[in-house]
Amino acid sequence: MSQPTAAPLLEMRGIVKRFPGVLALGGVDLDVRPGEVHCLLGQNGAGKSTLIKVLSASYQPDEGEILWEGQPVALPTPQSAMKLGISTIYQELDLVPGLSVAENIFLGHELSSAGMSQRGRTNRAAADLLGRLGHSELSPTRAVGRLAPAAQQIVSMARALSQDTRLLVLDEPSAALDQGEVDNLFRVIRDLTAEGVAVVYISHRLEEIRQIGDRITVLKDGSTVASGLAVADTPTADLIKLMTGRSIEYVFPARGDTVTTSGEPVLDVSGLELAGVFSGVDLKVHAGEIVGLAGLVGAGRSEILETVYGARRPSAGTVRVNGRELRRGSVPAAVKAGLGLAPEERKSQGLLLDQAIYSNITISTLGRFARLGFLDRGDERRRATEVTQSLDVRPAGVDRLVRLLSGGNQQKVVLARWLLRECRVLLLDEPTRGVDVGARSEIYAVVRALADSGVAVVVVSSEVEEVLGLADRVLVVREGRVVHEGPAQEIDESRVLDLVMEGSAA
Amino acid sequence: MSDHRTTPGTDQAPDLSAVENTVAPSSDTVRVERAASESAGTSRVAGLMGGAFGRNIGLVLALLVICVVGVATAGDRFASVDNMVTILRLASIFGVVSIGMTFVIIGGGIDLSVGAIVALSSVWATTFATQTMAEDTHWIVMVFVALAVGGACGLVNGVLIAYGNVVPFIMTLAMLASARGLAEIISERRTQIVRVEGFKDFWSADVVGVPLLVVIFALVALGGWVLLNRTTFGRRTLAVGGSPEAARLAGINVKRHTALLYVLVGLCCGLAALMFLARTSTGSSTHGSLLELDAIAAVVIGGTLLTGGRGTIAGTVIGVLVFSTLSNVFVLNNQDSSTQAVAKGLIIVVAVLFQQRLARRSTST
Repeated sequence: MSQPTAAPLLEMRGIVKRFPGVLALGGVDLDVRPGEVHCLLGQNGAGKSTLIKVLSASYQPDEGEILWEGQPVALPTPQSAMKLGISTIYQELDLVPGLSVAENIFLGHELSSAGMSQRGRTNRAAADLLGRLGHSELSPTRAVGRLAPAAQQIVSMARALSQDTRLLVLDEPSAALDQGEVDNLFRVIRDLTAEGVAVVYISHRLEEIRQIGDRITVLKDGSTVASGLAVADTPTADLIKLMTGRSIEYVFPARGDTVTTSGEPVLDVSGLELAGVFSGVDLKVHAGEIVGLAGLVGAGRSEILETVYGARRPSAGTVRVNGRELRRGSVPAAVKAGLGLAPEERKSQGLLLDQAIYSNITISTLGRFARLGFLDRGDERRRATEVTQSLDVRPAGVDRLVRLLSGGNQQKVVLARWLLRECRVLLLDEPTRGVDVGARSEIYAVVRALADSGVAVVVVSSEVEEVLGLADRVLVVREGRVVHEGPAQEIDESRVLDLVMEGSAA
Repeated sequence: MSDHRTTPGTDQAPDLSAVENTVAPSSDTVRVERAASESAGTSRVAGLMGGAFGRNIGLVLALLVICVVGVATAGDRFASVDNMVTILRLASIFGVVSIGMTFVIIGGGIDLSVGAIVALSSVWATTFATQTMAEDTHWIVMVFVALAVGGACGLVNGVLIAYGNVVPFIMTLAMLASARGLAEIISERRTQIVRVEGFKDFWSADVVGVPLLVVIFALVALGGWVLLNRTTFGRRTLAVGGSPEAARLAGINVKRHTALLYVLVGLCCGLAALMFLARTSTGSSTHGSLLELDAIAAVVIGGTLLTGGRGTIAGTVIGVLVFSTLSNVFVLNNQDSSTQAVAKGLIIVVAVLFQQRLARRSTST
């Protein structure tokens, strides 16, 4: 499919992107040739999404250069990237549900004559494009919101085709598709590459990469660890090694001697089910124990935590804390029973960004600082100060806005909230996402210290290394089911990846 | 980055003993160092200065400009104690409603029905039946009726918004239409005269030379400030408006709190209705028309974010004063209400633009 000698269409050199307190990309290189399918591989948090956002000009890189057909180009706005012919189809589809298929396809570059939109011509052109993609059964006049996810993806592809695309970026396109739809997607991709369009393909599924990819670039912790590997010449074992290979070592705190798992568990979840997402989840966590949930994004890990916490209403099953059953679907009841959650989307779900550190910490314990509803703000600040000092939140000072803290310190503020509440069960969803490498070890230490003090901890993470390093016991979740449970020491990273990726790495 | 890089085997774990200490603290552990509380104290003063003046500096300037114009065009007729009292009395009714509105908007909502609720409360408190009962017993009956009607309308708004998931804009728009309609049905579109002497005597009294209405506004503003800044209710309001999802996951009962915010503004409307009865000696279905727009405008130029999560009572009070002083200056100069409306519109836009710039500067530092 590709001509190995062809000059690159796109080159990205030494791309660096920083967010407050986090180095998301630390010098990434990528070169893509016309007519090839270039796969971008890496674990969650490796920087794939950030890289394609730089490519589509949603983000501006702090350092590095981008060359298009050998010429340096500046991409100040998403429009400028589109003008070059770069189209990106994101995981979360960015279509307008209320508009028709045809209107979505030509959104932003409507077919018009003297300012009047030409509905007939638009619909005919849309039907042509859909036909080219092998989906002439989709009606151009249908509202996009009423289509299945797979069909919506086809609409996104048609939209990319409608604007003379030369480089198509697909971010986990197969996540929402079944096998037949994936086959069709691959056929479309092959047609495009035959016309000379370059495709950047992001996927977790190594199997797919084998099928469709020409070359592979592997990212790990925001850096390129291998670039331009030919798919045909690279064994899967090597790829897994590259993805998981220790470019940076984290310090995981020592596990406690032997956790007493004989007595009554603090958290006892049985037969928990959320219709259509996960089912039959049993989870027992004892005081002092850390249990890790590993799995891909979308496997149902976060939903399990949120359901245990009462933020989602289970369709079946029970959650018990110290033997007492919690009211279904009630966060206040869960918090009262001693549960705490550090949610996945820290900034939007975990914190009040425009408020002071202390009020973020005391928000779940306000009653303690109040008499007849009146707050003792001195006491509030004193206790918040104590907790932030013990967790070493930097910079010190509890009046600072949480927005101004780095990811790691923001996470510490969330932990401080539950520490102050003396919670008995702590649920951590991606505790180190967006957290600087150095601060990670500190967070691990805090979590272990909490466990040692008798808290039952559940950790969800996309980073297998983190789950294995931190947890005492590991559960692997795939497609809403627990497929493995056992001590963390008795399983290794490639075995977990194997389980997680449906045995593709066998 | 390199100094963050760690290698296995090196012991870089932070001091765990400190962590353990706070995990299970006894109530009388560790007195916090003086330094910490002192720094909190000084920053509190700085926060107050920054809050009352810094954030509303543009608004205070606008108020000053209006006053200067007032003195220049109307001289002593403007700059007299009597006139100041007139302005404050003008401000009081609309001010009380604006304080309630401030809470709803900080909590992430909006209430378009305040004017209609004021009308309905004023009519219900002056029906023949209510006034007869008040004459037979005590005028306080009218107060109860007005507050109950206002609170009940707020409860309906709040419950349907919080538990029925009706968008606040739509719900309160529906309440706006139906509450005023109900007021017209009850009053048969007639103005109802207040004839309970006890009520009139009490509500038209002065407190050490200051009209009771102005005193009520001052007390409501003070109470609102305390409620917002010194109570769990206020803190939760900021949290719910700042990020409903984060507040929910922190264990706050967001739905109940949202409903309570509408009850609060409803009670403010009931109180405002009583103030209307005092000022006009009538209850009428036309009371408080377009009050919702004035209140929202005062809250917004006072620096409260329409998206919720941030706002101050002081800003709202100054916003109220800006509008009432402006009307006063126009009236003294015999200008019609149309020019006044244009000036009002200009002030809203300029104030909001100014505050956006200020906000951008303060977050960038």
